[in-house]
Amino acid sequence: MTKPVVIVGASMAGLRVAEALRRFGYSGPITAIGDENHAPYNRPPLSKEVLAGDEVSHATVAFPMRAATADVGWVLGNRVVSANLEHQNLTCADGSVYEYSTLIAATGLRPKRMTYPNNLQAGRHVIRSLDDAIALRAALNPGARVVVLGAGFIGCETAATARKLGCDVTIVAPGALPISRILGTDLAGEIMRRQQAEGVEFRMKRTVTDLIGEAHIEGVLLDDGTALPCDVFIEAIGSHCNTEWLEGNDIDVTDGVLTDSNLRAVRTDGTAHQNVFAIGDVAKFPNPLFDNLARRVEHWNIPTESGKHVGQLVALQHAVAAGGEDAAEKAAALETLTANGFRPVPSFWSDQFDVHLLAFGLLALADEAKLVQGDLAGDCVYEFFKAGKLVGAAGIGMRSVVQGYRNAFGS
Amino acid sequence: MTIKIDVDMTKCQHYGQCVFEAPNVFRLNENDKLEYVAEADDSELANVEAAIDVCPMQAIFIVD
Repeated sequence: MTKPVVIVGASMAGLRVAEALRRFGYSGPITAIGDENHAPYNRPPLSKEVLAGDEVSHATVAFPMRAATADVGWVLGNRVVSANLEHQNLTCADGSVYEYSTLIAATGLRPKRMTYPNNLQAGRHVIRSLDDAIALRAALNPGARVVVLGAGFIGCETAATARKLGCDVTIVAPGALPISRILGTDLAGEIMRRQQAEGVEFRMKRTVTDLIGEAHIEGVLLDDGTALPCDVFIEAIGSHCNTEWLEGNDIDVTDGVLTDSNLRAVRTDGTAHQNVFAIGDVAKFPNPLFDNLARRVEHWNIPTESGKHVGQLVALQHAVAAGGEDAAEKAAALETLTANGFRPVPSFWSDQFDVHLLAFGLLALADEAKLVQGDLAGDCVYEFFKAGKLVGAAGIGMRSVVQGYRNAFGS
Repeated sequence: MTIKIDVDMTKCQHYGQCVFEAPNVFRLNENDKLEYVAEADDSELANVEAAIDVCPMQAIFIVD
C-alpha cells in the first residue's frame, strides 16, 4: 500500500498544503492530523470581528472545503506525540502509529502562560484557538475589569475589542510602547495614543507579579506594588512552537523547525531531508529577499504561501518518483521551483479602533523608520530601512499606497 | 463560460490582498474601497480561488 503524505497540524497551513498537493497533481493518499476538534478555521478574526460579535462558533470562521480535498483523511482531536524520521513514522497520543512517505510539520504555536505564587486559574484567558475565543467572549461583559498582559498585536487588538464591548481595559507590559519592536516608536506611540483616547489604560514598563483572589481572580499585583482590580486576565505574552513531537531526531527544533530555502528540515550536518518539511508559524526559513538568516515569520500570509510552495514541491517529487511519461518535464519543473526557493513578502494587518494598519516586509529588521506620506495623527505611510536598504513599509489607512510596496523588496 | 463572483461587503475590510491574486477582478478604488467585477471569464478561476484563499475575512465566494 502507498504510504500517505502526512500533514501534522490541521489548521490553515495544513489545509493549504493539502489543496496545493491536489492542484499540482498529487493523487495519492493524504492524512492530516490535528489536536483540535475543529476542522481548519480562520484565526485572525478571533481577536477582532469574531470576538466582538454575538456569536462565536466554528461556522463563522470555518474555511470552505473544496471538492479536490474531499478525500483527505482528517484525523481531528488527536495529537502526534513523537516522530521517527529514520523509520518514517509518527505516534499519536492514543497510541496509533502513522507511516508516511512525506512528512509536513504544520503544528503552529500555543500561547505562553505565566505561573504565579497564587496560580489560580478561574478568570484567566489566552487567545489562540476558537475554544479560547468562545471562553473569552463569554467573560467580556460590559463593565468587566479586564487586564491584558502583553502589548503585542494580539494584546492590543484584544484590548480594543474588549473596550468596544464596554469593558474597563488596562494593558500591562514591560516595554515602553506597544508593538514597538515591529512598528518603531512613531507608529507604536500613535497606536498607544489612539488606544488611550478610546479609554484603554496603559501600565507600561510594568509586569504582573501575582494574582489576587481565591476561587476566581479579583485583581492583579504589579511589580511596583500596585493592585489592579481584575475580573478577566488575558495573557498575551507570545507563543511557544508546537515542535516537541519532533525532538529526538537529527534536526534543529530549538525555535521552530530549521529549514532550508525550500522549507525542507535541515539535519545537524547541514544537509536537508528530502521528505520532511515545515510550513506556517513553525517554519524557520531563510528568505533571500532580505538576507540569509533563517527566521520564523508569524504573519498572516505565511501559512498560505508556505503551504502552496511545499504542496507544489512535494507533488512534483512524487510525479518524478512515479516515473511516468512526463517525468522529465516534472523533474525540470521541480528543479526550477527549488532553484528559486521560497521567498515570500510577509504581509500583515491590524485593526484597533480607527487604526487600520497594513504592512509589507520584515519591519522588525529595520534600524530606521521614515514618514513618507500623510501625518501621524491621521493617515500615513512609513518606510522601514536596515542599513539604508528598504525592508518594509506600513501605513495607517492609505492602503493603495502601502500595496505599492509589495513588490519593492529584494531587487 | 464565465464564473460569478460575490463578495460579502458586510465582512470585507478592504485589505486588498485579493488584488494581487486576481487583478483583473479586484481592485481598490481611489478611496481604498474594494471594487470587483461580478462575472469573469473561466480563465480567471485559478486566480479567484487564490484570492479566496488569501482573503483575511474569507469574504469572497464563487457563486454556482
